[in-house]
Amino acid sequence: MNILKFFTAGSVDDGKSTLIGRLLYDTNSILADQLEALQQSNRKNDDGSIDLAILTDGLRAEREQGITIDVAYKYFQTEKRKFIIADTPGHIQYTRNMVTGASTANLAIILIDARNGVVEQTVRHSYLVSLLGVSHVVICINKMDMEGYSEEVYNNITATYKTLAANLNLNDVTFIPVSALRGDNIVNKSENMPWYEGTSLLDFLETVEVTSNQTSDYARMPVQWVIRPQTDELHDYRGYAGRILSGAFKVNDKVTVLPSGSSSVIDRIEVFEKTPEEAVAGMSVTLHLKDNIDISRGDVLVNSAHLPQNSQLIEADLCWMDNKPMDDSITYFLQHNSKLTKCKVKDILHKVNINTLEKEDAHEFKLNDIGRVVIKTADELAYDLYSENKANGSAILIDSRTNLTVGALMFRAIAD
Amino acid sequence: MSKYNLDYLDELEAEAIHILREVAGQFEKPALLFSGGKDSITLVRLAEKAFRPGKFPFPLVHIDTGHNFEETITYRDQMVERLGEKLIVGYVQESIDEGKVVEQKGKNASRNSLQTVTLLDTIAKHGFDACIGGARRDEEKARAKERIFSVRDEFGQWDPKRQRPELWNIYNGKIHKGENVRVFPISNWTELDVWNYIRRENMSLPSIYFAHQRDCITRNGQLMAASPFLNMDEADIVTNRMVRFRTVGDMSCTAAVESEADQIDDIIDEISASKISERGARLDDKVSEAAMEDRKKGGYF
Repeated sequence: MNILKFFTAGSVDDGKSTLIGRLLYDTNSILADQLEALQQSNRKNDDGSIDLAILTDGLRAEREQGITIDVAYKYFQTEKRKFIIADTPGHIQYTRNMVTGASTANLAIILIDARNGVVEQTVRHSYLVSLLGVSHVVICINKMDMEGYSEEVYNNITATYKTLAANLNLNDVTFIPVSALRGDNIVNKSENMPWYEGTSLLDFLETVEVTSNQTSDYARMPVQWVIRPQTDELHDYRGYAGRILSGAFKVNDKVTVLPSGSSSVIDRIEVFEKTPEEAVAGMSVTLHLKDNIDISRGDVLVNSAHLPQNSQLIEADLCWMDNKPMDDSITYFLQHNSKLTKCKVKDILHKVNINTLEKEDAHEFKLNDIGRVVIKTADELAYDLYSENKANGSAILIDSRTNLTVGALMFRAIAD
Repeated sequence: MSKYNLDYLDELEAEAIHILREVAGQFEKPALLFSGGKDSITLVRLAEKAFRPGKFPFPLVHIDTGHNFEETITYRDQMVERLGEKLIVGYVQESIDEGKVVEQKGKNASRNSLQTVTLLDTIAKHGFDACIGGARRDEEKARAKERIFSVRDEFGQWDPKRQRPELWNIYNGKIHKGENVRVFPISNWTELDVWNYIRRENMSLPSIYFAHQRDCITRNGQLMAASPFLNMDEADIVTNRMVRFRTVGDMSCTAAVESEADQIDDIIDEISASKISERGARLDDKVSEAAMEDRKKGGYF
């Protein structure tokens, strides 16, 4: 059994929380005492049925305002798969939360209200999904019950969306007509839409191939911690502990340490008390090298046959996440996996108007702004392009005055 | 497309180890909060996997309410002995003696809320800048929104509206002096995941997790272990029941469930079929729908 991580995006009233509540409810993932709390709550739908959105509206402020203001994680399991859902808010001021939810997801569910079709927020959400490189997209056309379960409504919306998807290079898009409120095509196939030939949403989620967040086959492992017991019997023990971002390391592979560029050969791979011949992406391991070279936290071990970029001047897409606008006169911290360095934003190449997808000239970056920048780092960074290796192609910016995470960076090829 | 697809327990384990190693790498003085419950026992197992054959780069810290299940303390001491790691205990009784907190009165009196003060004092006394805890997002609605690295101000408060965005697998542990971070490596695990992991790793647990005979009384519709720590009176009728505990907390607020499950396989079957979520067995969350959120804001785990 493996894990599928997905997130949901939609406008405020598209019924995202209801959709998730419905998935949990119909897969028996709501337990008796939670249900009891739900039933006691005084929020009900117009017809008196339980308001399933309460299941994901976790914070008091949200319950009062009736909108989701932060990313909520929910879990459920079927016989086929474990699911992790990031429920992300849809209204404009919380773009940063959607980017957060999308950064770790294998799949995005975008809700479209059947009554409204593709709207500005749909464009925005689809752009973010494309920017963050989420592997699979499911378009749930919701509230089909309010449009008489009409095939024509469904066809018109899918046709419009396909044009948008093509513009954004979204290649893996699946359309499902649903009613989260009534449960149509969520867990079971609906009898109200015999014209729809696809599967229910849950069937799709259970069977879609989980592509890992890495696309690259090149071995990369940032060193998080050096294990040196320095006891009598383990006097020479020196293990480099980290989680493999991509590819595989095998015993006797030639590896290079970046940024220094020194190289060695893998002597032993340890996974707690086991010593496998090979370790692959996703595993947390301890590597031992044949030579005694200077390696510390933040260095990256890579397969010597496939070196990453190693540079101080980097082009990236930046999503700004702080109320305080970006200031190109100050130095920020940049965290790239376990590497912390300083950096400055040298140039803003353009901003993207995420409603029209137009590139615009820009001189400033404010909350929720997205665009292309050039950054200069204090130390060389061993990175890959985000499109080829998400895990080694992403970083965050930290404001050294507030310590807040203020920016998300996705490294891109330098435009000619 | 990656050809590597880990089994779900392997993926959860690798993620938790990665988080523990980030704590070791990013903080000067971390600590692992150990309650004696299955979640913190799981954390200890993960710490072994993250740092052996080296020592843990942090001590274990136990906040002792004085109202413990004896079995938990026995387990704790044996475990610390086996590990050869350092244990620091903060006593709620000391906070009471020093007049920093006042014991609750009445039938539902519990020391559970008092531990917040003892915890914050212990953090301040030792200068801990990161505290690793075993909370999971599936436990409760407020927890579902908490980050894996969750910053607390110098009063131990969590501000849900000022949470840092947490992107990819990058954890920002930068803090100002006086602040500290609560770190939750098993955020993405469910109760069932923890039990399946305990079974896979063949881990031992305090015996109260398994079905046993115990004198109990009924309080607020829940079954409580009869003990000197409950303010019992003649209205409380003691009956001997076959029970087990799903969480291990203070004896005055941890409810038992009737169960015959005395083996881990039976427990997993029971949970899979269960209609009571785990936190339902804790009285302190029942107070109001926002109970957990209030406690977190006040510095509770």
